[in-house]
Amino acid sequence: MDFDYSTSEEAFRQEVRAFIKDNLPPRSERGPDFLNEWLRKVRARGWVGFSWPKEFGGGGGGLVEQAILREEMSLAKAPPLGTSFMGLAWVGPGIIQYGTQDQKQRFIPDILDSKVTWCTGYSEPNHGSDLASIQCKAVRDGDDYVVNGQKIWTSGAPWAQWIILLVRTASRAESKHKGITCLLVPMNSAGLVVVPIENMAGDRHFAEVFFKDVRVPVANRLGQEGDGWKVTVSALANERSSIGEVTAMFDKLDTLKELVQHTRKNGKPSRNDPAVRRRLATFEMKIAAMKYNGLRYLTKQIRGEPLTSETSVNKLHRASLEIEMDDFAVALTGQAGLHLRGSDNAVDKGTWAKSSLNWPNVVIGGGTPNIQRNIIAERILHLPKD
Amino acid sequence: MNFGFTEEQQMLRDQVRRFMQDDLPLTKVRTLARSGIVDRELWQKIADLGWLGLTTPEKYGGLGLSWVDLTVVLEEAGRGLCPLPIVSHALTIEAILTVCKKKQCETWLPVMAAGGAICTLALYDDPHWLHPEGVTLKGKPVRKGVRIHGTKPFVADAMSADYLMIAVWVDDHLYLAAVSKDQVTIQPQPQMDLTKPVGNVNFDEVVIDDDMMFRLSRKQLAWLTDLGATAVTAEAVGAAEAVHAMTVKYASERVQFENVIGKYQGVKHRLADMYVDIESFKSLLYYAAWTVNNSRQELPRAVSLAKGYAADAFAQIGIDCIGLHGAIGFTAEYDAQLYLKRSKWVRPMYGDSDFHLQRVAILGGV
Repeated sequence: MDFDYSTSEEAFRQEVRAFIKDNLPPRSERGPDFLNEWLRKVRARGWVGFSWPKEFGGGGGGLVEQAILREEMSLAKAPPLGTSFMGLAWVGPGIIQYGTQDQKQRFIPDILDSKVTWCTGYSEPNHGSDLASIQCKAVRDGDDYVVNGQKIWTSGAPWAQWIILLVRTASRAESKHKGITCLLVPMNSAGLVVVPIENMAGDRHFAEVFFKDVRVPVANRLGQEGDGWKVTVSALANERSSIGEVTAMFDKLDTLKELVQHTRKNGKPSRNDPAVRRRLATFEMKIAAMKYNGLRYLTKQIRGEPLTSETSVNKLHRASLEIEMDDFAVALTGQAGLHLRGSDNAVDKGTWAKSSLNWPNVVIGGGTPNIQRNIIAERILHLPKD
Repeated sequence: MNFGFTEEQQMLRDQVRRFMQDDLPLTKVRTLARSGIVDRELWQKIADLGWLGLTTPEKYGGLGLSWVDLTVVLEEAGRGLCPLPIVSHALTIEAILTVCKKKQCETWLPVMAAGGAICTLALYDDPHWLHPEGVTLKGKPVRKGVRIHGTKPFVADAMSADYLMIAVWVDDHLYLAAVSKDQVTIQPQPQMDLTKPVGNVNFDEVVIDDDMMFRLSRKQLAWLTDLGATAVTAEAVGAAEAVHAMTVKYASERVQFENVIGKYQGVKHRLADMYVDIESFKSLLYYAAWTVNNSRQELPRAVSLAKGYAADAFAQIGIDCIGLHGAIGFTAEYDAQLYLKRSKWVRPMYGDSDFHLQRVAILGGV
């Protein structure tokens, strides 16, 4: 065991810090072009798609350096390394792994250059957690597939230019998993209609997506016909490591501690309440557990040992923390905790209240906690499927 | 960056696991635990394997390894509910290294590493107060020594110890008194977990020579307490994994309503949550064990995170593993109950979750 970094890893950390110092001015000094400039510069460094192979425009970087990069960026509260979030998280890795040469040339540069945003068409009205049962249908017609059906809860659909879409190309009776195919579809396709859904926080970032005779060239199929499930499972496994997340959560905990310092209950400072103190310590304990779980799993990866589904462990922690930390803040501040931006009584401009209504983004998107429990029980503990 | 074990540590783990399977299976653990005495032959065997001087510096006859190595041994010992006083012995070694002079280290530590004596450490008298004031035994200075009259309760492995290091107040200062079993009388005290025998040590106007009295600062007391918490949590990791594995196996075999019960989410989800908890306090514990030799100032927070997590999580795992078994788990014959008792034993030892989490809050600036 050794928590020290090698000389070259330390040098890389210094390089990242120096870059941040030179290129990340305080918020008040950032001009209108700041974000574009930032994205251009991190791209030039090869820090977007850091671990992707160089031949596809990635950074070709190692796992430890990637963890360092994410940690430093998160510590500095830097803007993201690229704004094509789903493109960077799984569409890109999926195309690199399963795409044709043409698809790689066509899609990868735009993802790395933050020119194109993607959304993910998995869930359907009757099939959320049970993803393999999707019904949205594609029928081959010459050089096209003709897609009919509906997706829902599609995050980012109102502004995305492309959608990575799972469709059924063979009936469920024939093969539940093998009948699924993955298509890459422009959102401006004829017959594709997006209807935003307002969520309980008042935001409209997810939507229903309707497909009526939408023609998609066969050239836009990712992987072979019937490979959709395989592509999806490996893409979901490609999700980012939790290192940067942990730093952000420690940061949120600090904000929460700050809030506790200024809050009173029954006329007394909340910071002296043992129940409040214990709760904060419990959050710290779980975030620290995520950190050291993550490092243990990272070590496994570096050593080339296969990870099964260990990431579900941290996803469960993340889910409960995501709900509990905001909810704790809301409860801590009594009635004022309910007040939203614009209220004279709002706490921290209503940010806690607002985010306490936004947890399903993280907790339900990407697999509900009960799905994570199934994954652990079945793939790690080898209990039978239910 | 490497948060994993070395090949040597992996081999050590295999060695301890084999020893537990071959020499100390649970049937034998039960017999030994009921007798309340240490099997000296086994003690000698683990001394010969080097486990009793693992963290003792080489110049004092040990292997000079780290607490990460000790963690490997304790995890496996805990997995098999090893009743040998490895933890008490290891903590006494650390106490001697912390408070004694070179002379005592040279005399005592090689004997301890070689298995020539069993030793134990007794810090607090109060059942629920890890604080210098939680030591209540008092001694009175007399000519060339200290006279102690009274009882030291809650002494781990007292019945098998040849020598004991006992915390005692003399005037305004805390000391560790090095005591031979011949100077005191020891009464075993019945307690839930038979694999963790405990006794009260009675001092009847015993005079301890000055050169057997060692000043113990508050800082040193806290250090030894943190090491104690690290050690019992390491054992807890192994024990929790064992009872969890036992329950997963049962859930994979037991058929009710025409299915194995592990198919039902009420069962499988609880088992998954236990896995999450064990993985998590294991990671925290490994980090704490690493800080002992590499980043001492971080140990208090690190061990409090680990024990703060493990204390309650393991206690709940102990209860739920019995529950998931149903009535068979409730029987004396079935082994799960032994782990439930260990989980209850672990909870208060060297600090319960409240002690540790309140400390995390303080260290975190709240």
